[in-house]
Amino acid sequence: MKSPISRRAVPALAKAAAVFAGLAALIAAPAPAWAAKVFVTNERDHTMTVLDSESLKTLQTVKTGRRPRGLTASPDGKLIYVCASDDNRVEVYDANDYKLLRTLPSGPDPELFVLHPSGNPLYIANEDDALVTIVDTETGKVVGEIPVGVEPEGMGISPDGKTLVNTSETTSMAHFIDTTTKQIVENVLVDSRPRVAQFTPDAKFTWVSAEVGGTVSVIDNASHEVVKKITFQIPGVNDEAIQPVGIRITKDGNTAFVALGPANRVAIVDTHTYEIKKYLLVGQRVWQMAFSPDESVLYTTNGNSNDISVIDVASQKVTKSVTVGRGPWGVVAVP
Amino acid sequence: MSATTVETRPRAGISARGALICLTGIVWREGLRFLHQRGRFLSALVRPLVWLFIFAAGFRATLGVSIIPPYETYVLYEVYIAPGLIAMIQLFNGLQSSLSMVYDREVGAMRILLVSPYPRWFLLVSKLIAGIAVSILQVYAFLLVAYFWDVQPDDPIGYLTVLPALVLTGFMLGAMGLAMSSVFKQLENFASVMNFVIFPMFFASSALYPLWRVQQASIPLYNICLWNPFTHAVELIRFALYGQIEWTSLAVVACCSVVFFAAAIFAYDPSTGLTARRGGPDAGAK
Repeated sequence: MKSPISRRAVPALAKAAAVFAGLAALIAAPAPAWAAKVFVTNERDHTMTVLDSESLKTLQTVKTGRRPRGLTASPDGKLIYVCASDDNRVEVYDANDYKLLRTLPSGPDPELFVLHPSGNPLYIANEDDALVTIVDTETGKVVGEIPVGVEPEGMGISPDGKTLVNTSETTSMAHFIDTTTKQIVENVLVDSRPRVAQFTPDAKFTWVSAEVGGTVSVIDNASHEVVKKITFQIPGVNDEAIQPVGIRITKDGNTAFVALGPANRVAIVDTHTYEIKKYLLVGQRVWQMAFSPDESVLYTTNGNSNDISVIDVASQKVTKSVTVGRGPWGVVAVP
Repeated sequence: MSATTVETRPRAGISARGALICLTGIVWREGLRFLHQRGRFLSALVRPLVWLFIFAAGFRATLGVSIIPPYETYVLYEVYIAPGLIAMIQLFNGLQSSLSMVYDREVGAMRILLVSPYPRWFLLVSKLIAGIAVSILQVYAFLLVAYFWDVQPDDPIGYLTVLPALVLTGFMLGAMGLAMSSVFKQLENFASVMNFVIFPMFFASSALYPLWRVQQASIPLYNICLWNPFTHAVELIRFALYGQIEWTSLAVVACCSVVFFAAAIFAYDPSTGLTARRGGPDAGAK
């Protein structure tokens, strides 16, 4: 004989089960439906990994020259420029079929470069030669050389293309160069081992990261004075491990992202108050970063954990880390 | 036999409505008891928070070296141990709620419950639901504090998807407590057993360290962790917080729930149960 409770309990249990099943079936919303290609140079593998921005799956691994590091794309996103440091050249790839189109002379040991906003010329930092080499991307000819400090690396260019900033790691200086006269107009002393220079979108300031100094100097482009030195402190992380390298600033000019190297963090900085809003945990030894074309996502290269981390810019959260080749160095995303 | 038990009971007053009243009564009583014992609420909240704020702070740097599912990127240690702490809340609550059974037996309140015309399993389920409801309250209070400590699931929907997992793990741990409570005659015994159960279960699990870490340290310990149902409760919660289902853990937790609950029914059955055989305090009243 069955109790009435159990008979009535059956539909209730069925309902509860349906609710449970419904809740359990809830899965995260699918990723937005834009697709871009993300190019990452793998310094120790001598390759370049191409990923689909949506699935974050590797589309192709391209063999490059030896020790590929700096990476950039032409303004139309059709060409990818790669510094093949140990082959002393810049390689130009087709962003669609990843074929090597041509090589450009670069001077010895090119590490980082910056393209003029118009797409020509290319300004290359020659780490071993204390030079900035200017290369015409169309003719493939060296059109100028500018002597700078020892171990030049960071390269930033103003949005109008008139001012170039190069940082020299050993001299600890940011060199302001007039691109028309190809002359240094000002040398600004910053903290030890400056690695990256980045203009703010309004071109009023240049942010320069100092890897050993552990700071980011904000330089007023009109007066060439350091108006602010941003320092970082992360609970539970040694100060020595905080080594700022990559800097990216959103187009609206409100938020800056600073990669902190072996601290395995990216700092999010308010560009008006210089206050650090958040530290995001990413892979090991994060150096370079790049926005997606729509700026919804920031990619970071984590040199020691052989992966890239993906940061959602709006929510300021790391959403995923994906393995690429060994020693990922440079990154760029094109539509 | 349960059929015999049902037959011998008076049938009057048994209805779904009555059952609901009975269930509400039990849940309400458990809720009131919880709210009135402010110390219990505070300790239920402070215990995991001490782990989160103090213990995890010292271990911040130890993790972030490898990505393990359900995580898709590097997570801080606080984020890693949060599901373990949630399961710990439920473990403590499951055993504490069962502890109240021992207390009820000692003060005689259980007799009132047991003269109810509803089947024993129903009373036990009601008791479990009451315990689960209280544990879920505690868990969400903890999650709220953790939220402001930047320990959050990737997607806020995780707060919802974790709920079914919490019900299931709450049921398993509560049923385990019930089955155990039946064999203890006095509060004192039970309190000491809590130490023997909670700590080994908690430490020999994936609550504090990922299993691959445990495997590197000791294979036997790794195997113990794998066989520990608490590990699976933790993993079920961890995946559910990220909107995913860990099927092995789900199966283990579901099976353990059934086994523990069957053991509790058996233990609390007056005709077969351990209570009667052992001559528990309420055995003489029958």
